[in-house]
Amino acid sequence: MDWLQALGRRGLGVFERLGRASVLLFNIIGGLHTLVPRPALVTYQVFSVGVLSLVIIVVSGLFVGMVLGLQGYNTLVDFGAEESLGVVVALSLVRELGPVVTALLFAGRAGSALTAEIGLMKATEQLSAMEMMAVDPVRRVLAPRFLAGFVSMPLLAAIFSAVGVTGGYFVGVGLLGVDEGAYWSQMQDRVDLYDDIMNGVVKSLVFGAVATWIAVFEGYDAVPTSEGVSRATTRTVVQTALAVLALDFILTALMFGEY
Amino acid sequence: MANQDQQQPLVEIRNLSFSHGSRKIFDGVDIDIHAGGVTAIMGPSGTGKTTLLRLIGGQLRPQTGTILVDGEDVTRIRRGRLYQLRKRMGMLFQNGALLTDMSVFDNVAYPLREHTRLPESMVRDLVLMKLEAVGLRGARDLLPSQLSGGMARRVALARAIALDPMMILYDEPFTGQDPISMGVLVRLIRLLNDSIGLTSIVVSHDIAETAAIADYIYLLSGGKVVAQGTSAELERSDSAWAQQFLQGLADGPVPFHYPARDYAEDLLTPSSVAAAARG
Repeated sequence: MDWLQALGRRGLGVFERLGRASVLLFNIIGGLHTLVPRPALVTYQVFSVGVLSLVIIVVSGLFVGMVLGLQGYNTLVDFGAEESLGVVVALSLVRELGPVVTALLFAGRAGSALTAEIGLMKATEQLSAMEMMAVDPVRRVLAPRFLAGFVSMPLLAAIFSAVGVTGGYFVGVGLLGVDEGAYWSQMQDRVDLYDDIMNGVVKSLVFGAVATWIAVFEGYDAVPTSEGVSRATTRTVVQTALAVLALDFILTALMFGEY
Repeated sequence: MANQDQQQPLVEIRNLSFSHGSRKIFDGVDIDIHAGGVTAIMGPSGTGKTTLLRLIGGQLRPQTGTILVDGEDVTRIRRGRLYQLRKRMGMLFQNGALLTDMSVFDNVAYPLREHTRLPESMVRDLVLMKLEAVGLRGARDLLPSQLSGGMARRVALARAIALDPMMILYDEPFTGQDPISMGVLVRLIRLLNDSIGLTSIVVSHDIAETAAIADYIYLLSGGKVVAQGTSAELERSDSAWAQQFLQGLADGPVPFHYPARDYAEDLLTPSSVAAAARG
């Protein structure tokens, strides 16, 4: 019966953490209004989670777009449909790869940094010191970071997709000889603002909220030792990846499922 | 202090019990902290001295008992009131707990900028005055990573007095300091207490330094107050425990040995036999 006990204990642990994370999210959202008179707190975080993630987003977007160009061309050319390459590249990016790959890269680049920063602030008693100075760390430290992640993610995903479309163009039109006019005009014709682009934006908003929520919670809940912070950082990346991929399936089924 | 019993204490702890998991840290503790004095809470490591400061600051809630700080019970107080009360308390953490992403100047200015709407020129004057008081006006542009441990504590002290609090809680201020910075801190704690009318609570196990500045001392062990009084009274105390702690004796009421079975029996039992006996 030991295994049953262990399973029960694990299960309870999971729900307890989920409960703590929900309470924290509730407190963060309740504290967002305090940021209105102090926008500088948020812009600084948008810089550190958004702008500093640009390099990895742009470079990855370029390569993903180029690969899509190559793979798409190889399949389409068999059917004589290589003119549709622009549509294939653009739809893959704005619907799926843009939001999803951006969220995964964000977890690795910005999410882990957020967790480590907050966890170390906890371990070095900086959060405690703030509390004793009558400054609520949830409002002062977590809320601006959460908002910044939420705002940055759709922007990063949009940049990722735009750079990816350009990468597909370089390979398809520049290298493989797809007609330039067809590449762009078919894309314009077949990519819908609401069905495709807005759905992609909704996805990346959801991913932004979830990825940042996981990152700040793991940091805030970390065991305040070096080992605890390192575990929390790992958990952030793993859990964000799993959450993003699972949510992507659910959102895709809701948005594009024909039933 | 002659008038210990006459005035209403600033902090009044009654029947305090606190457990962390299954470990009982405090078991019916009564402590009075009088305004204007330096009160020391002493005891060996692991007796929950830091926990006591967190309880007074309202960061932890006890299972039973009351903690009145300036007439308000921090164990039952609402969050908004607690934050108001905390603006009048300063706490000096063991390693300073400075915010690492800002300079010394900004660290000291932090509580002023968070809680007041003073113009920047006045914030600057106040910060320089606080830094001058701890002797670090010249270090204002350094980052916390560039400070020594003793300097970081002095900056944290300047930050703790930024809002002119009524009380400062010191968590192990002397631990790991060289003799010079130790002397500086000892002098600063007493000087600040007397010059700006603070009330100080010093948690420590450094006997000589603490006894030199404390008006009244509580000795904690095993979750209880085992002795209390001025340092002269404690020296004359007939409590075996107090004598062991004050003289730093290796053995006494606090045993040298961690509880174990009989030594000779332990040695004469081969491990394989022991394993067989167990299994």
